[in-house]
Amino acid sequence: MTDPLLEIDDLHVHFHTEEGTVEALDGVSLTVERDEVVGVIGESGCGKSVTAFSTMGLLQSPPAEVVSGSIRYDGRELLDLSDDELDGIRGDDITMIYQDPMSSLNPVLTIGHQLTEPLLAHRDISKAAARQKAIEMLEACGLADAERLMDEYPDALSGGMRQRVVIAMALITEPKLLIADEPTTALDVTIQAQIMDLLRDLREEFEMSVLIISHDLAVISEIADRMAVMYAGNVVETCSMRELFEAPLHPYTRKLAESIPSLETSVQRLPTIEGTVPELIDPPTGCRFASRCPDYIGSECDEIDPQLAEPEGIRDHEVACHYYTDESDAEPPWQIQGVEDQ
Amino acid sequence: MIPVLIGVTLVISSVVYLSPGNPAQIALGQNANPEAIEELEAEMGLNDPPHVRYLDWLAGAAQGDLGTSVRSQRPVSEMIMERLPATLELAIASMALTLIIALPLGVISAVKQYTWVDSLSMVFAIFWISMPSFWLALILILLFSVNWSIFPISGRATPVFTATWLMSLALPAIATGTRRAGLLTRMTRSSMLEILNEDYIRTARGKGIGDRAVIYTHAMKNAMIPIITLIGLQIPLIFSGAVIIETVFAWPGMGRLLVNAVLSRDYPVVQGTVLVYAVIVIAANLAVDVAYSYFDPRIKYD
Repeated sequence: MTDPLLEIDDLHVHFHTEEGTVEALDGVSLTVERDEVVGVIGESGCGKSVTAFSTMGLLQSPPAEVVSGSIRYDGRELLDLSDDELDGIRGDDITMIYQDPMSSLNPVLTIGHQLTEPLLAHRDISKAAARQKAIEMLEACGLADAERLMDEYPDALSGGMRQRVVIAMALITEPKLLIADEPTTALDVTIQAQIMDLLRDLREEFEMSVLIISHDLAVISEIADRMAVMYAGNVVETCSMRELFEAPLHPYTRKLAESIPSLETSVQRLPTIEGTVPELIDPPTGCRFASRCPDYIGSECDEIDPQLAEPEGIRDHEVACHYYTDESDAEPPWQIQGVEDQ
Repeated sequence: MIPVLIGVTLVISSVVYLSPGNPAQIALGQNANPEAIEELEAEMGLNDPPHVRYLDWLAGAAQGDLGTSVRSQRPVSEMIMERLPATLELAIASMALTLIIALPLGVISAVKQYTWVDSLSMVFAIFWISMPSFWLALILILLFSVNWSIFPISGRATPVFTATWLMSLALPAIATGTRRAGLLTRMTRSSMLEILNEDYIRTARGKGIGDRAVIYTHAMKNAMIPIITLIGLQIPLIFSGAVIIETVFAWPGMGRLLVNAVLSRDYPVVQGTVLVYAVIVIAANLAVDVAYSYFDPRIKYD
């Protein structure tokens, strides 16, 4: 088996603020294989975007500090690279789609200028050829009248159009890995669906790997092959899309799966998880979900931080919970089952 | 622009009309014959009602005739034209000096926030902001002219664009320019800091285009708007500050002409000089507006 395209291993990121040190990422491990779409799901503030920005080297430092861990892209350690060296990779091999299209485009530069920039920086290409390529890419992203748009400024475009421009900007160098950080959150629902369709089509066309981040399971489930569930700076479970819905192992993931509204059953209220996310300044030791866990085992949950690992007898499905570790003898109150490949 | 000019002329004329002292008396001296004074008053139109005097003056000004100096009996426009180049070159030189110091320093201290470069530029800025320019001028003369004899003590050298001309321009330009630079450095820094936190700067960094392109293309163009606003506000200050500096350095500019005219109640000269100042300031503001639309395409003028 070849190396994964992106391998994040035990990544710790802290933010030094006036109130104290926020331990935003507490040992995040995540891999993206070649030609794979990995979805990262979790609620706001769980460290999804921090993971993405760490990979791109875009964390604002200070206050952010990568304390330990590694991010390997195609075998190269990204955290050891200087900004200049990183500039050879980001914007070319790894590109990113940002959350808010209203603020992620520069208001005083033309669409054309912003779109051709990555090409001119990373390829030996004339301005005219770059412009031509940019027009083609805008059209591929479903924007009509691309020629005219090239000379427009972002304020002439709607949110949906801007996000298409941001996508075109991310794809223009034909990257090997695309990081999409909540690409539809700032858009209304009909535009969301269009953008997700577009992303799926473009992914097939360009054969790239995608790391897509969202707090919306419905959005991710349309495109992802594999899922990573994050909670309070930890990856608590990684599994295939099907397993997430049919055989989740972590108590948090189980609650998450339960809270998806269904057309078949009618309920008055959707199930919720009691309690709130712990403060990440001086976070609790042990499992960060312990205080809210409906299936809390005992003191081991408060004392020992469970590591992400495959439970016995299950392949390609990792979970970080003491029901599956040697620290506790407790058996999960639900049945463990593998999902057979179709 | 035209309404502003009319407003300015109206204010100047009113002030002149209301100010004490009789120009005819001053022109002829303390012991003049009362009949001669009356005659001169009639000749100068001092007995006409204010609106007639204003309209007469305005009609003349529109044709380039700003009247005649009470003191020297020379045409005011001629006197101003003699002084205008000196004033303009001092203003342009000090403005250029301000920009050359403030923009790079402000950008560097924003990019390297909280480093020793930033602290040093902060010290520099506060130093110049707190220093009264006339005092700075005296210190400069004392050090560079009297003690070390590098620059001439005062006066302006002609012809222009020669080494001696530059040497004589140096100290007055430094005295007016550095003070403005302090303020503009702080403004540039805070404006850049704000822009550097914007999402689109992160987008630009994510493209791997290098720090230079991010700072100079993406950040600078956005940061220039408040900077240009401040420059626009400083242009009138440079001219009014020049009145003092011209006096200290015996610089033959319009500022000294104005001061002398006020002291000797030479009202036609006062009126003419202030009008020219107003035109320069209005033109500078127009240039600032044009610059806005270049840096921010969202600003459009009908």
